[in-house]
Amino acid sequence: MPEPASGPDRAVGAALARWRRLRRRPETWLFLVILAVGTLFGLMAPGFLTLPNVIDLLETYSVQAIIAMGLFVVLVSGGIDISFAATASVAQYCAALLASRLGLPAPLVILAGLAVGVGLGCVNAALIHHLRITSIIATIAMMSVSFSLLMYFSGGRSIYDLPDWWTSRVVFYRAELASGDIVRVTLPVVLMGAMALLTWALMTRTSIGRQIYAMGGNPEAARRVGIDVGRLTYVAYGYLGFAAALGGLVQAHRVGESVPNAMVNTELAVLSAAVLGGASLAGGVGTVPGVLLGIVLLAILQNGLNLLGVSPYFFQIVIGVTILVSTSITVLSSRRGRRLRTLGEAPSHG
Amino acid sequence: MSGETPFLRIKGVSKRFGGVQALIDVDWEVRRGEVHCLVGENGCGKSTLIKTVAGVHPPTAGTIEIDGRPVPSLDPAKAKALGIQVIFQDLSLFPNLTVVENVAVESTLGPALRPVQKAGMRRIAGEVLARLDFPLDLDALVADLPVAERQITAIARGLAAKARLIFMDEPTASLTRAEVDRLLAIVARLRGDGIAVVFVSHRLDEVVKVAERLTVMRDGRKVGTWPVAEVDQRRIGHLMTGVDVEHGVVARDMRAAPPLLAVEGLSRRGEFADVSLTLRKGEVLGIVGLLGAGRTELALTLFGMNRAEGGRILLEGRDLALRSNRDAVRAGIAYVSEDRLSLGLVLPQSIGDNLVLAVMRRLKNRLGLMPQARRRALAAEWVERLKVTIPGLDAPVRTLSGGNQQRVVLAKWLATRPRVLILDSPTVGVDIKNKQGIYEVVADLARGGVGVILISDEVAETFATCDRVLHMRAGRIVGEAVPGVVSEHEMEERIYA
Ligand SMILES: Nc1ncnc2c1ncn2[C@@H]1O[C@H](COP(=O)(O)OP(=O)(O)OP(=O)(O)O)[C@@H](O)[C@H]1O
Ligand SMILES: [Mg+2]
Repeated sequence: MPEPASGPDRAVGAALARWRRLRRRPETWLFLVILAVGTLFGLMAPGFLTLPNVIDLLETYSVQAIIAMGLFVVLVSGGIDISFAATASVAQYCAALLASRLGLPAPLVILAGLAVGVGLGCVNAALIHHLRITSIIATIAMMSVSFSLLMYFSGGRSIYDLPDWWTSRVVFYRAELASGDIVRVTLPVVLMGAMALLTWALMTRTSIGRQIYAMGGNPEAARRVGIDVGRLTYVAYGYLGFAAALGGLVQAHRVGESVPNAMVNTELAVLSAAVLGGASLAGGVGTVPGVLLGIVLLAILQNGLNLLGVSPYFFQIVIGVTILVSTSITVLSSRRGRRLRTLGEAPSHG
Repeated sequence: MSGETPFLRIKGVSKRFGGVQALIDVDWEVRRGEVHCLVGENGCGKSTLIKTVAGVHPPTAGTIEIDGRPVPSLDPAKAKALGIQVIFQDLSLFPNLTVVENVAVESTLGPALRPVQKAGMRRIAGEVLARLDFPLDLDALVADLPVAERQITAIARGLAAKARLIFMDEPTASLTRAEVDRLLAIVARLRGDGIAVVFVSHRLDEVVKVAERLTVMRDGRKVGTWPVAEVDQRRIGHLMTGVDVEHGVVARDMRAAPPLLAVEGLSRRGEFADVSLTLRKGEVLGIVGLLGAGRTELALTLFGMNRAEGGRILLEGRDLALRSNRDAVRAGIAYVSEDRLSLGLVLPQSIGDNLVLAVMRRLKNRLGLMPQARRRALAAEWVERLKVTIPGLDAPVRTLSGGNQQRVVLAKWLATRPRVLILDSPTVGVDIKNKQGIYEVVADLARGGVGVILISDEVAETFATCDRVLHMRAGRIVGEAVPGVVSEHEMEERIYA
């Protein structure tokens, strides 16, 4: 049996314990992988590790990051949602119609777009909670229904005449580097930061966030301690609907038009980012920094391989392998830490 | 006292799950500040009664009154608001959260956007655990805790919130005597504070120690309620089962039998050191000791789940290199873990499927397929031998009562026809009559030449079943006793000294 530590030994012990806990976190591994991959690309492709390139990357991935924040909440709650890309498209298209055909003012258009997103999210929640349909089935069904309706009513026609307030670039910060490159912090990046912060605060600092974690960990126990599981389902899917709609609006802002099928096929990338970051499909685990790191890794890989002139198909393979490797490292390292501890190891209090 | 309105009164409560009538027309009351025991065989409806009063299951018929006022459509939140707390038999913890968040989960139930009171939650958890006098790493994830510590976490959660009535559904199942005594002291103190406690346990000696009144249930009906002073353990056993239960076998001298499993100088850092023992063919060998003595850790190593860092394991004289539990199963070693509820069963699957899980290979016919008839026959045989009460082989295990779930796990491993069977606390949560049934099965297996290692928290249990009992302390084997030569009492003195 280990002896109880004392004095400086104890401090070392505490640091060790902290490292042991840290080592089990997917974020730690992800961070190390990002450092390694980043350095590698930096050495191989000179243009890679420049500030403008990094900021550019962030902006490219801002839409996916915004939606990933919503998906993260749903994953933590123990569910899954496949319909967010369809939701984003529908919300974007509705808003675009209101803006270009009816010429409604900006606040109304934005509000309507977000409301459509939340509404579709709530339909998912209703199907899952009241009709007890498994989340993956319910959202796959919703995905086809809402996307097909969108294609039917839009006839697949894009909307190009978006108003200026929507499409003009908003720059919050601009600086010229010594090299002559220009660094801009634009609206999508700022919104991404805001969503990350909001989601982080919601999930770690508020009662409802902790309730969502509890529900993801053991839904029956959550019900038994008096958590309103139905309400949480609405909150989680509603929040994802909100995030998806916001992502849709930002996407139209970046490209300057609303194309009904522009967002399809982003499902897998967003899901990968969340899972890479440690959110589990089984629910109850994951963090916002983890999901952001997941997005960063995907962005770095894609951009780095691109700069190196590697085929985009190869990129898909790399993504797949990265997901496999990083999730297995996480699982293996946490399993090792999970060895049964004897009582002697539990630190005493006081 | 009896003149005032009781805290809880239920009238004509019935509960049906599909075809299973779990509660039939139960009238019952719990007075303010009393300690009330609820006993009965496995599957008689104790947990269902508790869950009904806690708002988890709405009753099919009947009324629930609290403080003399009927509460229609009770749900968990409402029950809590009325001061009802439950320590559930399956613990109902959140494995992904820390001990603090589990114990003080109540603090996160407030308004949606209220900031989490981290410091407050820590204080609450620290205080309750101090009250229980049980050191737990507050920041550990519950998933990483051994069963006993999980049980302590669940108890702490029940005690942390403000309550007027606390249901404890087999809170002591995975605890050893020291913790049980502390819990019972706390129960006594709660009574002093005017908080009523309803206590479910299959250890009847505990029951008579703490309770003032006792309610016996059988097959979903209430048999009756008595002051504890008026009934003794024997009578309670009789009321529960309708028959007289005897137990005890005589220890046999197995020294002449050939050795089956020999362990020499086995060690694992921080768990156990220099363990040597010999299990003979047909012998039942008990291992007793305090929580954390390293008994479960030793068992896990013998079963190949953990690797030994030093020493040898010999099976019938041949060195056994266990790289994983698959090797152990292949060598004929079976292990029924103490953590049955989370490790042993696939809860949503049927009883039959769970039973044949470990013996699929043997059931295959020449074509490599598994005939349904053979599968069912095997499952039915074990259900019969262990007297598992089930609605049918196709019912999901999730719907069985706690004690019956445990017997399904046991049956699953017995069906592998092991040469060495390691049982870790096999009768936790099993009622007295069926405990006896399990002891008989063990004795039967031993007579057939199987070597059995029985890890138990109850000295009485090992003395009633084993030929030899080893005493483990702080990772080492420190003594050996032969039941009958050494008395139960002497052994307990040694362990708790
Ligand atoms: N959710 C459920 N669905 C179907 N049947 C159930 C369910 N819960 C309990 N039952 C059945 O109700 C009966 C009573 O079960 P209960 O869990 O109340 O027994 P118990 O007295 O607590 O037994 P134990 O001592 O084994 O814990 C059992 O026959 C059980 O199979
Ligand atoms: Mg029960």
